Amino acid sequence: MDAFGSLMEGFGTALTPTNLAFALLGVLLGTAIGVLPGIGPAMAVALLLPLTRGLDVTTALIMFAGIYYGGMYGGSTTSILLNTPGESASVVTAIEGNKMARSGRAAQALATAAIGSFVAGTIATLLLALVAPLVADLAVEVSPADMFAIMVLAFIAVTSVLGSSRVRGLASLGLGLAIGLVGIDATSGQQRLTFGIGELADGIDIVVVAVGLFAVGEALWTAAHLRRRPVEVIPVGNPRMSRSDWRRSWKPWLRGTAIGFPFGAVPAGGAEVPTFLSYVTEKRLSRHPEEFGTGAIEGVAGPEATNNASAAGGLVPLLTLGIPVTATAAVLLAAIESYGIQPGPQLFDSEPELVWGLIASLFIGNTALLVLNLPLAPLWARLLRIPRTYLYAGILFFASLGAYATNANVFDLFMLLVIGALGFMMRRFGLPLLPAIVGVILGPFAEAELRQALQISNGAIGGLIDPLSVVVYVIVALVLLWPLVRLLLPKKGVHVPVLDEAVHEIEEAHHHHGTTDAISVEARAKQDPDRP
Amino acid sequence: MTSAPRGSAQEQGRSEYGVALFLAALGLLVIVQALLLPESRIVRGPVGPAVVPLVVGGLLVIVGVVLAIDVKRGGRGEPEGGEDVELTGGTDWTTIAMLAAAFLANALLIETLGWVFSGAVLFWGSAFALGSRHYVRDAVIAFALSIGSFYLFALGLGIVLPPGILRGIL
Repeated sequence: MDAFGSLMEGFGTALTPTNLAFALLGVLLGTAIGVLPGIGPAMAVALLLPLTRGLDVTTALIMFAGIYYGGMYGGSTTSILLNTPGESASVVTAIEGNKMARSGRAAQALATAAIGSFVAGTIATLLLALVAPLVADLAVEVSPADMFAIMVLAFIAVTSVLGSSRVRGLASLGLGLAIGLVGIDATSGQQRLTFGIGELADGIDIVVVAVGLFAVGEALWTAAHLRRRPVEVIPVGNPRMSRSDWRRSWKPWLRGTAIGFPFGAVPAGGAEVPTFLSYVTEKRLSRHPEEFGTGAIEGVAGPEATNNASAAGGLVPLLTLGIPVTATAAVLLAAIESYGIQPGPQLFDSEPELVWGLIASLFIGNTALLVLNLPLAPLWARLLRIPRTYLYAGILFFASLGAYATNANVFDLFMLLVIGALGFMMRRFGLPLLPAIVGVILGPFAEAELRQALQISNGAIGGLIDPLSVVVYVIVALVLLWPLVRLLLPKKGVHVPVLDEAVHEIEEAHHHHGTTDAISVEARAKQDPDRP
Repeated sequence: MTSAPRGSAQEQGRSEYGVALFLAALGLLVIVQALLLPESRIVRGPVGPAVVPLVVGGLLVIVGVVLAIDVKRGGRGEPEGGEDVELTGGTDWTTIAMLAAAFLANALLIETLGWVFSGAVLFWGSAFALGSRHYVRDAVIAFALSIGSFYLFALGLGIVLPPGILRGIL
């Protein structure tokens, strides 16, 4: 058991008193910030990025592992306890979780979410430890041409999320790629899109982009539509579960893990699809289907486990290929890169201490999450009452602080506002943020791989084509042309009913929360043939 | 479909054409800038610095056009929801303008007055913009945050934020 031995060494790294302390601090900070309404896990990581600047790489990454899981769990606490629909990633939890809380079962909802997250996170991290080295071994053989193809696939996958508008995803990708182009081109020394501004020569700092899009954009967007009525927070005691709650929860936890991990590991575009898939599955398999819609515990247990498992699954492509599949993973990648480390197939060989320390700290973070969050739930609930004026003023304050502290340059503050305005526009017009942040971060690497591949082949376009990349391009084409492909397929038989239902639920949820008719024509056309 | 008072479908449609235009214009800018790149003397490999920008610019132009067509056919972007977001009202531009002002004040003052003051101005101004009218309490919190973060960064992380006029005192 090679992976097992490495993992034990990882525990050796992670369990030093300093690293353990930072892992716990990360979980605490991540949960506290993730609980705050309006702050999702991606923003939590982005805002806390500058805080780790003074730390040693391994310690910083271990802390990020804590923040990653903490932020994720914090978000679900918010959607269970707040009587308002939350952001898209926790929409599913809100469906049943909030209903449970309103009927006086908040403690049970939080408990099944916390324990489910722990179970799923632990199993999924174990899978990560087993699968990642194998993938890394395979990926070492991958040529620049293949790597470029895989990156193109990642771009297309994050833009074509089920149930959302593809054009808007591509628009967002284009914006991200354009931002990524700014600066001196490494191979030719040419200044691209700098317009003679010296500060742009090094490109726009990724911290500024992430904080601008996620924190400043969100604060401005929320401020423009702030709910002025006092929010209703459901009070909660110490989370606990009765025997029947346990009986109804453990299978959804395991099924959630099984759904979440593969979806996270394959670039399929975020946590939304698998969580809805889990919700629909639980609804079908439940012995109490009539409770769904009024607060069924299975509807919290399954999606929450799925969410955590897909977060761990998402680390497989992140660590082995350097490809992020969720916004949070993208910001995490930026954090790793800011230390001059490029995640990829070589990472397992070149930085074993760091990788295995990180994986081991995921286990620690997960356990800490369970130990801390069950008793601290009433405290987290109190955080939800923070006055919104201070919350959003605070987000702008810490966003400016972080962006300035990164390079000690006032120019970054102006840039932050510009990117924030872009984030505002994207939220206003339904352009998803994920493709943009992935474009900014992966764009420059994709360009480097493309150039390297063509340099090897001496400019012949054939240099981009070999068996693996052809397979990848075929998948890209299928994803892009899916509406057409679907018409060619026989009407009956190819539909996976559960998947169709999940897509339907996603559209319902969007429909319900948005003011407008939400989904673009394209999506509606896609869904029409199914309607009788 | 919930009603959207001011942002009627038509009005939203008009502003969405603006997004399409923005994308296309940005795409053209990227393309033109790539074409104007001077001949490189140290170019290595067959792919020059202009190729990828041309592709990205092209993508933006095409997406702009397709988005315009989508809007014409009735497609609408979905404004993002959130715990504290109420989408039934219109956009509150006054708040946005005041927030931007507080934000810019910080950027302009940080190196002369120092972070302690500029950060406090940012927090106090943002809280005011968002509707807080507890002037004194807000100021106390603002200074507590800015002084606290100054020392946290200086002592904890070894990053010295601009002390400004308090140089030597802090």
